[in-house]
Amino acid sequence: MKIGVFICHCGENIGRTVDCPRVSKAAEWFPGVVHSVDYKYMCSDPGQNMIKDAIREKGLDAIVVGSCSPHMHEKTFRKAALDAGINPFLCEMANLREHVSWVHDDIEEATQKAIDLTRMAVEKVKRNQPLATIKVPVTKRTLVIGGGIAGIQAALDVANAGYEVVLVEKEPSIGGHMSQLSETFPTLDCSQCILTPRMVEVYQHPKIKLMTYSEVEKVEGFIGNFHVTIRQKARHIDASKCTGCGLCITKCPIRKKAFNSFEEGMAYRPAVYVPFPQAVPNIPVIDETVCTYYKNGKCGVCVKVCGREAIMFDQQDKLVTEEIGAIIMATGYKLYDISKKPDDSFIKGYGEYGYGKYKDVIDGLQFERIASASGPTSGEFKRPSDGKEPKKVVFIQCVGSRDDSKGFSYCSKICCMYTAKHAMLYKHKVHDGEAYVFYMDIRSGGKMYEEFVRRAIEEDGVKYVRGRVSKVYEQNGKYIVKGEDTIAGMPVEIEADMVVLATAMIAQENASTLAQTVGIPYDKYGFFNEAHPKLRPIESTTGGIFLAGACQSPKDIPESVAMASAAAAKTMVLFGSDMLEREPVVARVNELLCGGCFYCRKVCPYSAIEVREIKDRNGVVIKEVAYVNDGLCQGCGTCTATCPSKSVELMGFTNEQIFAQIAAL
Amino acid sequence: MTEEKWEPKVVAFVCNWCTYTGADLAGTSRLKYPANMKMIRVMCSGGIDPVFIIKAFERGADGVLISGCHPGDCHYNAGNFHARRRWTMFHQLLEYLGIDKNRLQFSWVSASEGKKFVDVVSKVVNDVRELGPFKGYKELNSEFTAVVNGLKQEVNKAEAVNG
Ligand SMILES: Cc1cc2nc3c(=O)[nH]c(=O)nc-3n(C[C@H](O)[C@H](O)[C@H](O)COP(=O)(O)OP(=O)(O)OC[C@H]3O[C@@H](n4cnc5c(N)ncnc54)[C@H](O)[C@@H]3O)c2cc1C
Repeated sequence: MKIGVFICHCGENIGRTVDCPRVSKAAEWFPGVVHSVDYKYMCSDPGQNMIKDAIREKGLDAIVVGSCSPHMHEKTFRKAALDAGINPFLCEMANLREHVSWVHDDIEEATQKAIDLTRMAVEKVKRNQPLATIKVPVTKRTLVIGGGIAGIQAALDVANAGYEVVLVEKEPSIGGHMSQLSETFPTLDCSQCILTPRMVEVYQHPKIKLMTYSEVEKVEGFIGNFHVTIRQKARHIDASKCTGCGLCITKCPIRKKAFNSFEEGMAYRPAVYVPFPQAVPNIPVIDETVCTYYKNGKCGVCVKVCGREAIMFDQQDKLVTEEIGAIIMATGYKLYDISKKPDDSFIKGYGEYGYGKYKDVIDGLQFERIASASGPTSGEFKRPSDGKEPKKVVFIQCVGSRDDSKGFSYCSKICCMYTAKHAMLYKHKVHDGEAYVFYMDIRSGGKMYEEFVRRAIEEDGVKYVRGRVSKVYEQNGKYIVKGEDTIAGMPVEIEADMVVLATAMIAQENASTLAQTVGIPYDKYGFFNEAHPKLRPIESTTGGIFLAGACQSPKDIPESVAMASAAAAKTMVLFGSDMLEREPVVARVNELLCGGCFYCRKVCPYSAIEVREIKDRNGVVIKEVAYVNDGLCQGCGTCTATCPSKSVELMGFTNEQIFAQIAAL
Repeated sequence: MTEEKWEPKVVAFVCNWCTYTGADLAGTSRLKYPANMKMIRVMCSGGIDPVFIIKAFERGADGVLISGCHPGDCHYNAGNFHARRRWTMFHQLLEYLGIDKNRLQFSWVSASEGKKFVDVVSKVVNDVRELGPFKGYKELNSEFTAVVNGLKQEVNKAEAVNG
């Protein structure tokens, strides 16, 4: 094998501490090396041409480039190799910049290390095999999980580009949290008014298959080729017959057994219900846990009133499989429910604020429902306990966020804005009312956001108190809020009629379980992880799975929508070609050696290892061996280290290659 | 080679995504660490075979460092968990092989921890410097060579006698 070595000075970057001519001279003596040179800038056009000419003129079989990190220029030099007619995987790099010249001062030591690293690369490249990029077909259909504003936006963008979308929502209706909001900062436009048309558009879109009251149960396959199993929960209503007239809902005799979760528990709903009047689809669900029919087989009022015979008590869950090319995660968030008993040391609760104990201590979403024209009080400010108009309202920010000791250390980001909004909405309706906001810092970065908060303070006279609240307790029908004003340096005590807690936005219920089902990593809070915090914020680390909205971290609506459109664009990039190309760093099994123990299957994070039967001439199975599915294998090599018979190897990083590097130390 | 001149030789097996990139960051940040360590890149710490380490010691390494992504941050979701389990086991076996446990060290270094990388490398090199050169295999080799040479002499003698 004829090997060429090319040592780069990187201007002065390498040359300053590494004696490059000496390295290239030393390399001439390495067995197999027939050509060795050094040059100022190997990555420049003349540098690359030098490599290409040498390959052609000297008939090189493989090259080693001693320059920067392979993360920087491996692609460049592989391409040069390919252009000159050799397999691009017969190119190795020695990292003489990041790992030598930039981290060592002593010229002698650095030069010696550079020689060693070059020798190791030469020994490795001798054992490199020509590899071919792997091509897999792409199914041009997108699965969107979660039908909040992020999922809706992503689905519409992808569908409008002409690709089919399957939108899976676990609730009976799409809309997510945005459908619960009253008016939205910073413009105070009505949330329902801007959202509902989009929901309807999704429903009517010929390219969108909407599956509500459904959950993703299994995801198999890989980028471009996912097989997804979806559970359609039984609604007990025949969706093909139901017209959404709502007669079953109005006539259902069970009126006060189940809390209305859309109204955040401040109202009841019947046993047959739609979550809210503008629900999409407008098809009800029968709640088996409260419906009398499921208790004793009686009642059946809904059956009698339904003119379409759409009630199906015996309807069962249905499993549906879909072929999918890309997945967009848009499962959103939930609010930190501080009334819950601390079931985990991570969440310690805020018993001192009396949430769950006092009816008039509510959270942000409950406030949204009270402020909403379609809410339980028809938008009039009435407090939950006695329906009286509260004259003094205290808002407490950062409940559960920015609190290492009791809650989550991160900033929940949107609460400064929605608290200002809440205080403003209150002051707009209750002119003689007083609104106090306890805050730690005001974080209102965003277009027109700071102006919005200033408006609340300056025009609407909301009183901002900088400091923490230590306690809320009831006294003579009032809620005494005890805290401190850190600017005045004094304790404060306010007699309030209602207290609103800006609780942290936290990861969606079961987000980590879903992440495991789908196969993407999540952070310690349960938010899904992006592939790179700056440069790849939309992609998960798993190929073909993208993130949108508050499932990735707390976000407001404009950010969620922007991210959703970006995720849609990413799927379209994927769908831009019929075949996907990927690096051939995958595991390969030597079937002669494989003993069929399948330990590799147990450790493979991608379920990429399959069982292949080896048959004799008569078609009788003589042994079973492991077989690696190229499409699924991501090339981590965990199987290679686990295999007791050393019969599986990672291409480009075989044992032989690594032993050769060790031997060359 | 005299004792003063001896410099520890450390081999690091690192994953492509976190530690290798963390080392690149140490470079771009112009941090400094001893030149005694040479790195071998693998894709994932989950793919580091115990045999690599034995081979490294056999080939004259005085210390070995293994490093990959932090638990939970693995580029391949779970490779480093397998690595962690494997190394906990292997570490126990090391003494049985006659190798001081401190010659093999593990550390999670993320792509953003250039500083940590430098600290880890410096620590390993220092620890190994304190332990002195690793002679285990060399001694074994010389014993083995002695036995072989002895045998050869016997054979020669026998041949001479019979000849
Ligand atoms: C009190 C309050 C007031 C706010 N006011 C404003 C405001 O004025 N302006 C503003 O810009 N933002 C506001 N926000 C923020 C806004 O609610 C979010 O930015 C937005 O809802 C995020 O959208 P999303 O689609 O990412 O998530 P979500 O709205 O949470 O939607 C997620 C959807 O996914 C579904 N889902 C979850 N898990 C699954 C699963 N496993 N399978 C299938 N489906 C699933 C859910 O049922 C839900 O429909 C406010 C938030 C709060 C708490």
